[in-house]
Amino acid sequence: MCYQCGNCTAGCPNNFVYDIPVHQIMRLLQAGQKEKILTSHSIWLCATCESCTTRCPNNIDVARIMDVLRHMARREGYGAEKQVKQFNDSFLHSVQKHGRVFELGTVMRYVAKSGRFWTDVELGPKVLFRGKLATKAHDIQGKEQVSKIINRFLGDEKK
Amino acid sequence: MSSNATYAYYPGCSGLSTSLDYEQSTRAICSALGITLQDIPDWSCCGSTPAHTVDHVLSAALSARNLAIAESMGVDAVVTPCPSCLTNLKAAGHRMENDRFKKEVNALLDQPCANSLTTKSVMQILVEDYGVEEIQKAVSNPLQGLKVVPYYGCLMNRPPEVMDFDDPENPTAMDRILTALGLEVLDFPLKVECCGGSFGVARKDMVVHLSGKLLDMARKLGADAVVTACPLCQMNLDLRQSQINAGLRETFDLPVFYYTQLLGLALGLSHDELLLKKLVVTPWNVLKKVEEQEAVAV
Repeated sequence: MCYQCGNCTAGCPNNFVYDIPVHQIMRLLQAGQKEKILTSHSIWLCATCESCTTRCPNNIDVARIMDVLRHMARREGYGAEKQVKQFNDSFLHSVQKHGRVFELGTVMRYVAKSGRFWTDVELGPKVLFRGKLATKAHDIQGKEQVSKIINRFLGDEKK
Repeated sequence: MSSNATYAYYPGCSGLSTSLDYEQSTRAICSALGITLQDIPDWSCCGSTPAHTVDHVLSAALSARNLAIAESMGVDAVVTPCPSCLTNLKAAGHRMENDRFKKEVNALLDQPCANSLTTKSVMQILVEDYGVEEIQKAVSNPLQGLKVVPYYGCLMNRPPEVMDFDDPENPTAMDRILTALGLEVLDFPLKVECCGGSFGVARKDMVVHLSGKLLDMARKLGADAVVTACPLCQMNLDLRQSQINAGLRETFDLPVFYYTQLLGLALGLSHDELLLKKLVVTPWNVLKKVEEQEAVAV
């Protein structure tokens, strides 16, 4: 049971962009303030760096709770940080299609979906000049198996 | 070599693209040290951060497909160079210790996973199975005259119950390896602080702030270079260093090596074998310091 010592917030590297500090998320959770938590930006800006979980004197897996709050928010149609969600969705779309993530394809899909056409364009010459970004996807033979994992999951979720 | 363990190797997707240099230098040093890595045939993506933010069973299933293939290889452990893959593969194994969770994961898979293998980082097998003393014996080209900060990133050692390697607040495995190569390893207080991870694309401002702090501390300590063990950390600190400079009106000019590249140099491998030319902040001036030191020693 969280006793509000604030150790999680003290070590949270992303607190500077949170609208609700993580220890307050834990308190709101105890108070059943679901709507307030699921509409927060904080849950989407947590990087799962595990500082909070590692340092909690009460052995609460805070990072896992933040993850589960994102799962709930997603299921219930919330997404205060649209771009973060769009990036994650683009990533998984690429995994489903190729079996492995195709980085360039992921970024291009994200750009198309988010309309943020200037995303990282200044890095283009740096990666292209050094051949740092594969320009072709590496499809695996078992990509159908991977696609089925995601489809089965989506099917289960609808039940 | 102190152990004859056999390893199934999981390269991770970024190894085929943005961290080709990490991938190639990892293979090169293992080969030079006589460590055999058997690729997991037709391995697939672990789902990385996006999968675990959607669902833990989904994330574990994407990892477990690979663990199931590895189980049929008759190896002692799975190894991967990438901390993000590592965290997913290990979390999948850890959560599947719960039978109900394991059943849910296997319901998503064609080939069920028995959860019989442990996953380790390449760094872990280097220090625990191979041994730092053995590495030191293999060094033919000591890297004297260079000051570096070891940056582990947030994932490799945390949370300790899952990762089960080194100290979660003050890990020293990389320090010990780099010291064995002749490098001067500075005491870096931000060893396990977050670089901003996968927010680079959607929230560049966060990476600029967080990775900027890391570079600032490295410079304050007088480091010639930063050393990483993670493709995402390396990308944020190296490829995005120009964005950090623009965002913070800074003039950072710090090369960001993979520890495997420096290990390879000390083992006498060539710049090409280690793909040093892929580094965005060029390392040539810094590496000159080593050559100058050698000239003095001669």
